Amino acid sequence: MHAALQALLTIAIGVGACVAYFRLSNLVLDHWLLPASGANRARNIRRANLIRPWLFLAPALLVLGLYLAYPVFETLRLSLSERLPGGGDAFVGLANYQRMLSDPKFHEALRNNLLWLVVVPALSTAFGLLAAQLTDRIAWGNLAKSLVFMPMAISFVGAAVIFRLIYDARPPGQEQIGLLNALYLALGGASPKAWLTLPLWNNFLLMVVLVWIQTGFAMVILSAALRAIPQETIEAAIIDGASPLQIFFRVKVPQIFGTIAVVWTTITVVVLKVFDVVYAMTNGEWGTQVLANYMYNKLFRASDWGVGSASAIVIMLLVTPILVWNVVNARREMRR
Amino acid sequence: MTDFAGRRPALGWAVHLAALVLVVAWIVPTAGLLVSSFRTADQIATSGWWRAPLAAEQNLILRAAPPDAQRRHDAGFAIAGNLFAEAGLEPATVLAFGVSSRAIDDHAPGELAELRDGEHLSVAANGDYRHDSPVEMRGTRGQRVFVTVRTPPRFTLDNYRHVLRDADNVEGMSRAFLNTLTVTIPATVIPILVAAFAAYALAWMEFPGRALLIAVVVGLLVVPLQLALVPLLRLHNEIGIGKGYLGVWLAHTGFGMPLAIYLLRNYMAGLPRDIIENARVDGATDYQIFTRLVLPLSFPALASFAIFQFLWTWNDLLVALVFLIDSTGETTVMTKSLVELMGTRGGQWEILATSAFVSIALPLVVFFALQRYLVRGLLAGSVKGG
Repeated sequence: MHAALQALLTIAIGVGACVAYFRLSNLVLDHWLLPASGANRARNIRRANLIRPWLFLAPALLVLGLYLAYPVFETLRLSLSERLPGGGDAFVGLANYQRMLSDPKFHEALRNNLLWLVVVPALSTAFGLLAAQLTDRIAWGNLAKSLVFMPMAISFVGAAVIFRLIYDARPPGQEQIGLLNALYLALGGASPKAWLTLPLWNNFLLMVVLVWIQTGFAMVILSAALRAIPQETIEAAIIDGASPLQIFFRVKVPQIFGTIAVVWTTITVVVLKVFDVVYAMTNGEWGTQVLANYMYNKLFRASDWGVGSASAIVIMLLVTPILVWNVVNARREMRR
Repeated sequence: MTDFAGRRPALGWAVHLAALVLVVAWIVPTAGLLVSSFRTADQIATSGWWRAPLAAEQNLILRAAPPDAQRRHDAGFAIAGNLFAEAGLEPATVLAFGVSSRAIDDHAPGELAELRDGEHLSVAANGDYRHDSPVEMRGTRGQRVFVTVRTPPRFTLDNYRHVLRDADNVEGMSRAFLNTLTVTIPATVIPILVAAFAAYALAWMEFPGRALLIAVVVGLLVVPLQLALVPLLRLHNEIGIGKGYLGVWLAHTGFGMPLAIYLLRNYMAGLPRDIIENARVDGATDYQIFTRLVLPLSFPALASFAIFQFLWTWNDLLVALVFLIDSTGETTVMTKSLVELMGTRGGQWEILATSAFVSIALPLVVFFALQRYLVRGLLAGSVKGG
């Protein structure tokens, strides 16, 4: 219980400190440093208004800088250096990257990650679009949406347990308790398979877990976009005699293309960071390694901080195009 | 809807059917886990969870009572009793029985099975048996009987009792549950306040560099937290935080900050300009406008972010592994316990399924209760340029 008390105390201290900081800093600014009275009144107000935004921003900027911006540069530095036995680091250039490139496990991780990058966003978006289109036109659509969306609340590890049960294999002759093997045998499969150890197949089976989780997200966003399509465009298409499929692919999809791109890239970022699913289900064995888990293994199992940091930089590089695209989009939006 | 669904009944049905298939496919995995958590180890191991509502057929190896229990009667010796009661099992229906491992279902209930030396055994449908012998039986163990039984569907809460309440169960989830809660609550509350002030400044204050800062926040939204692990762990070790709750709270605060600022700023920027301008004209300071006006009006966005952050910190494994859990394992969280259970108790589905369900129960409750805010937050965070 002592940790729980500590948690309550932390909330009190954390919240109290935040409130005190914002309150006091504003008070100091307005009453002592630049009081809005006396001879310099106008000048003081103007100056106070220049400083105040930074009072509001300071704690957040500190946290962002320390926990997100600084580590990017520090990781870059670590990826170019080597830990010395006595402590401290020495610059070694690209040696870590060379070591990483000569590691077959890294190639496996990169290959698998690229496969994940194609399959998971594509399937999640496709299923999400399908689910959005189907649930938008039935009376029990909201319930259906809720249920498809539900896996979003489930942890990757919880989902890993759920799917381990589905992929479970018992020796031939015994009753299968895994749904996949039961179906496989019912459909005429010869003998039960240990699915998670089957090369290549197991990658797809791990991807299923993430698709299962992400489809709800895609559905929610795409459903909102579909509903925002002007009815006139659809009516016009119906009058022109378009078939339902034509309406969907030629009229609706082009109009929500921007949203599809947002969904796709958001899921892509999730995929690049995917760690828990692989860590919990196979830990990268049987040819299922991915970059995030490879990195974790290098950092905390092999204590190889150089190669670990180098692989983190590879993940960062893969994310960068999306980062740039997002920033460009956000700026365009603000100018509107 | 003005489109075709109403005009072509067949297509209307197809839509319902397709939606149903999709929904079923999406809930079946979770249903399997939930059903399994209410079944005994035996039931899970011998039949798929989808058979749980049906009566199960099982093959058991039981024993009649040992020769000490025999009674003498006119024609010889006999042992009688009930197979299930003597084995401590619940009543069940015998479908078939046998006395040899090569023919375990040779006899229908009530039939007489021949044993060696003129002995006979019969088992009734309710498990009552009678073992007859012309001469006194010897030995210390009773006759082995193979039975095929049908047990009625049965569900149990024992797994939950074991996982949550059993004091002897060192792998129990109760401590991990508390630890997870301990991580989650400060990690959800603290970022909100810090982010709200920053979001207000980015939404309603004019200052040079504002657009740049917003762009930076958008950029940081997608920075993989993998990059932060080593530098921050080093930093924590250097400044003496080490591994522990403080470290994990700070880390979650940092990693949640871009989303918090982004969501809250988008929402605040959408508040009506008049209200804020009027308050300014009336002489309210920014601090007053923020605390009395903007913060209460932004409640939906605050709720959205709180739910995101709660789900994310509750479900997190990586940050806890790196910043919290030390070698003593005192501060383990549920996701980590589950991973360990999968390693050590991979075959014990009753424990694994129950533990997993304990860990996903609270997020599911939060999800279903507050889904509205979650959806709103997602839409605010993602539909841009659509």
